[in-house]
Amino acid sequence: MNIPLRDPNVVMKLSRLGSFHQSRLSFLRSFLKEFKDWEYKRDLFELNEHGHGTAVFSFKKKNRVYSLICFANELNENERSDRVIATKWDTAFTLFDGVPTKLDIERLKNEVPKQEIGRLSYKELTLSRANKSVRVFNHVVESLSNGVQPDKELLAKVGYLYRTTAVYGSGKFGLADRFRIKNREEIYGPFRLEMMLVYLVRQFTFDQVNHVAKKRNPKKAVNLDPEICKSLGIGNSTGLGMAPFIVNHPTLLNNWIYAREASLKKIREIKNVAITESNLFKDCLKKSIKNITSWNTESEYQIKKIKSLLKDLNKFISFLDNEFNFNQEYPFNKLYEHLELKYEEECIEYAVSMMMEPYDNIVAPLIKEMSSEEDRYFNIPTERTVLELKTILENKYSEILKIDFKKKENNLNFWFISKNKEEPRLANRFHENGSDLEQPLAIARDIKKLYDTLSVAKNSSTIAIFLSNNNDLRHVIRRAFIVEKFPYSEIQDNTIGQEIIPIDMLRLKLSFFGALKFDPRSDKWLRICMFQGAPLPEQLKNYDEHWVYN
Amino acid sequence: MKSLSEIDTVSKRSSRAAGYTWGIAEEVGKNIRLLEFFSLPGIKNLNAFLNNKKNIKLENLSLITEDNRANNSHYCPVIAGVNFLDQIKTLENLSKINFKDIAYPILFLPFVSRASEVLGKRILLKIDEKKFLMNFNNCIYSNFSKQEIVKTAERTSIKILENEDSFTENEWKELYKLSEETFVEENESLKNSGAGAGLTDND
Repeated sequence: MNIPLRDPNVVMKLSRLGSFHQSRLSFLRSFLKEFKDWEYKRDLFELNEHGHGTAVFSFKKKNRVYSLICFANELNENERSDRVIATKWDTAFTLFDGVPTKLDIERLKNEVPKQEIGRLSYKELTLSRANKSVRVFNHVVESLSNGVQPDKELLAKVGYLYRTTAVYGSGKFGLADRFRIKNREEIYGPFRLEMMLVYLVRQFTFDQVNHVAKKRNPKKAVNLDPEICKSLGIGNSTGLGMAPFIVNHPTLLNNWIYAREASLKKIREIKNVAITESNLFKDCLKKSIKNITSWNTESEYQIKKIKSLLKDLNKFISFLDNEFNFNQEYPFNKLYEHLELKYEEECIEYAVSMMMEPYDNIVAPLIKEMSSEEDRYFNIPTERTVLELKTILENKYSEILKIDFKKKENNLNFWFISKNKEEPRLANRFHENGSDLEQPLAIARDIKKLYDTLSVAKNSSTIAIFLSNNNDLRHVIRRAFIVEKFPYSEIQDNTIGQEIIPIDMLRLKLSFFGALKFDPRSDKWLRICMFQGAPLPEQLKNYDEHWVYN
Repeated sequence: MKSLSEIDTVSKRSSRAAGYTWGIAEEVGKNIRLLEFFSLPGIKNLNAFLNNKKNIKLENLSLITEDNRANNSHYCPVIAGVNFLDQIKTLENLSKINFKDIAYPILFLPFVSRASEVLGKRILLKIDEKKFLMNFNNCIYSNFSKQEIVKTAERTSIKILENEDSFTENEWKELYKLSEETFVEENESLKNSGAGAGLTDND
């Protein structure tokens, strides 16, 4: 049985992309799998009684070492801010390539805490900072120093001791360019070093809280129970910075989505499903409900989505238990067809993620294909003709071509880079200044313009000739030839319309990171939690790959 | 030290700010990254060009021919470069392509390097007395190693080189003969026990 890949016109709609959830493909899960047999070590831990100072944690295998260097500094209450405009943080981190010398640490002590205005070198791979959840951190210190474990309910509600507010890599602020490290097999999956940084930061937060409690009351203090540590992750506040990323990296986006779509296709094509496989699917699905019932948010938008998801999932589980028989041919295909007919997008995509759980043999090979050599697809094939390009647009952007951009509501917003923080922003072009400096992120509008211009050009003309008079459309011509080869490289939606919900774009990326518990704080930024429930470093050698649901 | 990623981004944004379209600015970003990767003065020349652009009488060269002469002005290296790269497949059969007066010709160079990759052929670029051999965009061999700003080139020429050996047939034969000394002479016994021995292919 040959099941076709899902139609990009369905999958690549923003509402669908914004309904994605973590899965076996998620980067934090594939990171743990890759590094489970690496040697973990705490190499340096020089903190004072307040937890301020320097620490180094590392992963080592054969001759390769990655070291997280942590700098914890004093921060006044009024200086603590998760917003990107902040200039000071409780802690700052960099992942160093190899073993840092004293000189390296001294150099980095001056640069890393400055973050965006500091200068890093090719020896550093990623950069980040994090702020305490003061309420939770203080409660944990207080409890541990008195010899008791903290209130699990409070911890469960927040889910972390620290929140990161940015994680940078790939050449930012002088960090190593990707070309220097891209041939290392252990980092074939995307964002693997960013995941390593966050994972080691999580361990730092536990070690720091234990240290401060011990210093406060050396005789009575106890360590945070490892089971409680395991239940905590690292929070993250994320704004619009992530949104343009998925537009600016089309082949990378394609490879992420393709891995998901190819997994689903292969699972739907399984003729006979073993009982162990169907049981594992149902087990993960049922256990995962606790991740939804413990999902706290004040966002009306998200509360509505969670309620609908929970209702759908309970209905789906009841259907599985009482009406569905896995003992038939192509059961996952039947299940998928049923989902598409009866359930909302959020539940459909949730179930798709769950279907991958029993099938490491299908998912694991696809993970290695999720990176991309984007430069290989940069050149425009200018020997092609106007007719060929027009046909590509008609086939690959059919929904986009129906949008009328003369209507104000379809052309309402513009993306720009803010001068003060060099961060992407979205604004109403009819209310705000700056639309003349618009970023090339209005792909749908520009594709429509390209189509209109091509329609009055000579069909047999080469793209080289067409470009010599139409270089204002060059950026979308490049994209059109990319989408011809990579069907999931383009968001099939209007990114500047009145209806846009930018956090849909963020959720897509974060679901691939493996984030749980999206907590929108507005339509433009949200909080998430990473590695909650993940094994601790010393548990990595032998851990349950389905830890997300335990 | 600036990373190549920073160089790409800043070059792209500054080119856009100087009036190029986003699509062309993307090309410039990649090109300056390439120049710096090959240790050629990309940032230096782009910075000088963009800051001086308003003071130079620039001509946009759209359709490239065998002989291109600017009229009392200089060709814009970016527009000439973009069109050279775009039109390279139709220019392939020209024995030589000449350009009279290109402004900031170092900025034209990476387009030629990329064209070498697109064609799968080496390209020899001469910018006045400076020579650059483009090797499929993998490396550039040159007699120009100064980190300097080159404001204009009076004569620029391009020669697309055919894929030919750089050695004689005799030199190859000599070397091949030497390589044969790693082979073992087969006696009858080895021939009889080799793969396919004893079988007939006329079945």
